[in-house]
Amino acid sequence: MTNEMETRTILTADEIRRALTRIAHEILERNGGAEDIVLVGIHTRGVPLAKRLSECMKEFENTTIPLCELDISLYRDDLSGGIKPVMRPTVLPVDIQGCKVVLVDDVLYTGRSIRAAMDALTDFGRPIGIQLAVLVDRGHRELPIRADYVGKNIPTSRNEEIRVKIIEIDDVEEVVLLRERHL
Amino acid sequence: MIQIANTGDPFNLVDQSFSKIVGRRHLLDLDDFSREEIEGIVENTNVMKEVLKRDIKKIPTLRGKTIISLFYEPSTRTRVSFEQSSKILSADVINVSVDESSARKGESLYNTALTLQAMNADIIVIRHPHSGAPHFLSRFMDSCIINAGDGSHAHPTQALLDIYTIQSNLGKIEGLKIAIVGDLLYSRVARSNLWGFTKMGAEVVLCAPPTLISTDFLNKYRQTDGHPFSSVRIETDINKALEGADVVMALRLQMERQLDGHLPTLREYSRMYGITPSRLKLAKPDVLVMHPGPMNEGIEIDPEVAHGANSVIEEQVNNGVAVRMAVLYGMTTPMRGS
Repeated sequence: MTNEMETRTILTADEIRRALTRIAHEILERNGGAEDIVLVGIHTRGVPLAKRLSECMKEFENTTIPLCELDISLYRDDLSGGIKPVMRPTVLPVDIQGCKVVLVDDVLYTGRSIRAAMDALTDFGRPIGIQLAVLVDRGHRELPIRADYVGKNIPTSRNEEIRVKIIEIDDVEEVVLLRERHL
Repeated sequence: MIQIANTGDPFNLVDQSFSKIVGRRHLLDLDDFSREEIEGIVENTNVMKEVLKRDIKKIPTLRGKTIISLFYEPSTRTRVSFEQSSKILSADVINVSVDESSARKGESLYNTALTLQAMNADIIVIRHPHSGAPHFLSRFMDSCIINAGDGSHAHPTQALLDIYTIQSNLGKIEGLKIAIVGDLLYSRVARSNLWGFTKMGAEVVLCAPPTLISTDFLNKYRQTDGHPFSSVRIETDINKALEGADVVMALRLQMERQLDGHLPTLREYSRMYGITPSRLKLAKPDVLVMHPGPMNEGIEIDPEVAHGANSVIEEQVNNGVAVRMAVLYGMTTPMRGS
């Protein structure tokens, strides 16, 4: 019996752009403008997504939104695995003390990365609130965490895989669902 | 030695296709490191440097892990920086120095190590006067072994911090001319650095009196095409070695290891092989001066050079903490009970 991967496109480049534009509007609406908002992208794909949100918000409100990059490797609770990724720099050019932080990630799954990201953030200061924006929510949470802004909800099974491809990193832009098909 | 991948390739013991840091069980020497793996540690060291700049220098990465440092030889910087890096990563650290342990009562290394393992050590950092002691432990221990210097064999974390120091100052290692001067026969730092620098593509020049260099060992490798050591040059004239160098590394004359009459007098050694301000002028103007410490100032290195504008010796010590944090992060620490 051979296994073959079945691929289905969930979001096209245009749909990703529209989703991010909507999320940018929602963030501004919920927070009553751009004041005190800091966008924090989680490495790797959360970083370019956060950058795009900040560009959208700059266009709508004509103010610059501070942008941060966060690497959560040091805060993971599953560090005993064999192969570890090379870490990326954490860059927080602004003090997050007293700010409204919006965490940005590509996929929300178990919620463990978000837990690690919140632990990492609180080491840098005490924001007055942390919100979460994700491009895809695929369910199967293992922690009591939910997203405030979701690009698309995609019900999945655990043996499926969601791949978010961003043009800055993967040279193409799309979200695909991979499923093993038994032949 | 690597425990999880053995490609059977005598020179490059690690599969070059690894694009990520291999979770190592043990860190014994740099001979089995790939260039990519070294570069990965350099990148992770940059991340650790950021942690060291924070107001609260504490991250939970190794929470619940026990690290035991077992030192059979005196050490200041290696021991302190391992302890500091472990504590910043939230591990529990226990220091065992031989003078206060059962080794004084004649307990063998084997039994001491088993005792420590029975006390749930996840990682054992060992320094030992005999070459190969960490390799010996790695053969039967479940704990991860980190070599913090064994005899005149290897000192891999020192080599990694030297690589990081050069990389962060000069932006690269490849193509640099690196002169290593001094006691090459007994220096474990030089041996590990030789592996590290050559794998990173540097042009290494070794300089020592003929009695303090193991030419036979080097020649065996130098004559093999494709071996990292095939580009290594040996000079006995220090002026030729320093000419045009990007990096000059002086090594400590290991007085405790060499009462065998390798040198007529210390004064002669100092006159012929000491790094002096006038000799340093032969190197590039922005040459980096390095020394693994502790220094015998006035013997292998002139105080004016050791504390001069080109010296990065203190920076080496400073980088030691971040590099060792990156190493500890990269080790595979099997979760107990899982």
